[in-house]
Amino acid sequence: MNKYNKRRQQTREVKPPKYLKPAKSDSRQNTVAGGSFMDKLNAYRDLHAHALFSSLGRLVASPFTSIMTVAVLAIAISLASGFYLVLVNFQQLTSHLETSTQISLFLKEEVSELHAKKLADGIRNKPEVQQVTLINKEQGLAEFKTYSGFGSAISALKTNPLPIVIQVLPKNSLTDKRQLEALLHEFQQNVDVDLAQMDMQWLERLQSIIAVGECAATILNLMLGLAVLFITANTIRLELHSRREEVIIAKLVGATHGFIQRPFLYAGLWIGFISGVVAWFIVTAMMLILRSPVETLSSLYGGNFHLVFFSFTETLKLIGISSLLGVVGSWAVLMYQLQHTKPE
Amino acid sequence: MLKFENVSKRYQETGEVLRDVSFHLRHGELAFLTGHSGAGKSTLLKLIGVMERCNKGQIFLDGENLSHAKEKQIPYLRRKMGFIYQDYKLLQDRTVFDNVALPLVIAGFGHQEIGRKVRAVLDKVGLSGKEKKFPLALSGGEQQRVGIARAVVNKPPIIIADEPTGNLDPELSSEIMSLFESFQQVGVTVFIASHDISLIKKMNHRVLKLDHGQLVSS
Repeated sequence: MNKYNKRRQQTREVKPPKYLKPAKSDSRQNTVAGGSFMDKLNAYRDLHAHALFSSLGRLVASPFTSIMTVAVLAIAISLASGFYLVLVNFQQLTSHLETSTQISLFLKEEVSELHAKKLADGIRNKPEVQQVTLINKEQGLAEFKTYSGFGSAISALKTNPLPIVIQVLPKNSLTDKRQLEALLHEFQQNVDVDLAQMDMQWLERLQSIIAVGECAATILNLMLGLAVLFITANTIRLELHSRREEVIIAKLVGATHGFIQRPFLYAGLWIGFISGVVAWFIVTAMMLILRSPVETLSSLYGGNFHLVFFSFTETLKLIGISSLLGVVGSWAVLMYQLQHTKPE
Repeated sequence: MLKFENVSKRYQETGEVLRDVSFHLRHGELAFLTGHSGAGKSTLLKLIGVMERCNKGQIFLDGENLSHAKEKQIPYLRRKMGFIYQDYKLLQDRTVFDNVALPLVIAGFGHQEIGRKVRAVLDKVGLSGKEKKFPLALSGGEQQRVGIARAVVNKPPIIIADEPTGNLDPELSSEIMSLFESFQQVGVTVFIASHDISLIKKMNHRVLKLDHGQLVSS
């Protein structure tokens, strides 16, 4: 047995020579070399920190390419998230309206005010009803004059053309559409009622428009998500190509796929993260520009509608999803490319 | 240490490159692999590094069967070998230190240990003080020393060199060769592919000769 082999079998307390310190044990050499568990953990953490910052350094080192990539991704992400935010705003609009599904009962011309009062009291006792308001002919006329803008035209009329109206606000628990319709039907059967109308039809239309919008947004977001995946994948592919030599050398000296992938995955993470942040700024800027015209429009309709911006959790989600897409995009291309990058 | 048993390698384009090759390198042995160009020297070395797989036969390194190694095991097997190339295969955008440290970084050593080991090995190959230089600022002989330092820094039991002196003048070549001999003296197995016959003859070590894919003398 020669000198080297003897050394390899010696225990650690023998101080090894400067150059050929024996490997600690053959089995350990098979996995991760190094000292104690903590040393390995620290080394592992150092590797991740190094990959994290070196990949950012590489992005900064080629600013033109990086800016182009991030710009394309940020625009795609801001389109998707901007569309989402517009929908959120529409939903906020309809959620205001949903609470006021009131039924208006237009009584027949010949019904007297006294009879109308009795009728209203009868309705008030129903369990499904929350509130009943009786609007007599004079009140109706006054209201109409004030709000319709036809005040002077109304004054020209000799008789009051308006019927007595009973406004019924069903209980909030009556959210089921069929229950509401049953109630409406019951009112329509009443002999004194000329017309029972629920202010729901246009709301339904608006809601179905929003449903179409939601569906379109989902499709659009999927497409744009795919676009983000492919753009990141392609960026990482190019980066991998320009560092092919490095990858091959690392493989030759025993690097695992995990080790080689790490900086590229971090690069994908950075690209996704930065694009997400930039997209947030783009969308927020767009909303700030839109805010004042929208609020003017809203005030013209007598509403006090305020634009909704990204909430804190939505911001986190936006940046999280775009970072994730960056990682997944680069992971997909690495899985494929590293199998095909073989040392020669 | 390294054992070939009836190994054959066939490429679809060029036909059989190695035919029924068998030999055994013992621990701490230094041997040359020689033969005309195209005799299969490079292919044989690629089989050792599992960059290629043989079609027939078996290869054992330190008792492990390389021909049956799974893809996932290959990186760990390569950490047991120090490869040295004719074209050095250094990373031009990294310093000498970073190039030599690469196998240790990959193996997961802490940075203090890496620093200590890298400085020790650079001292050994005569490059101390040049750790912050970039490979292009070094001469060919120095670049090859960087390559050698990288190959031995993690103390592999076997060093495999593919035409390590191919780009060097005779004087530098014999310096590199004596470096290899010093590794052998501390118990490392060294396997050198070379066609520099005069240099090989001078050194008086075991010579394996390949001729058209067959081992004609060992």
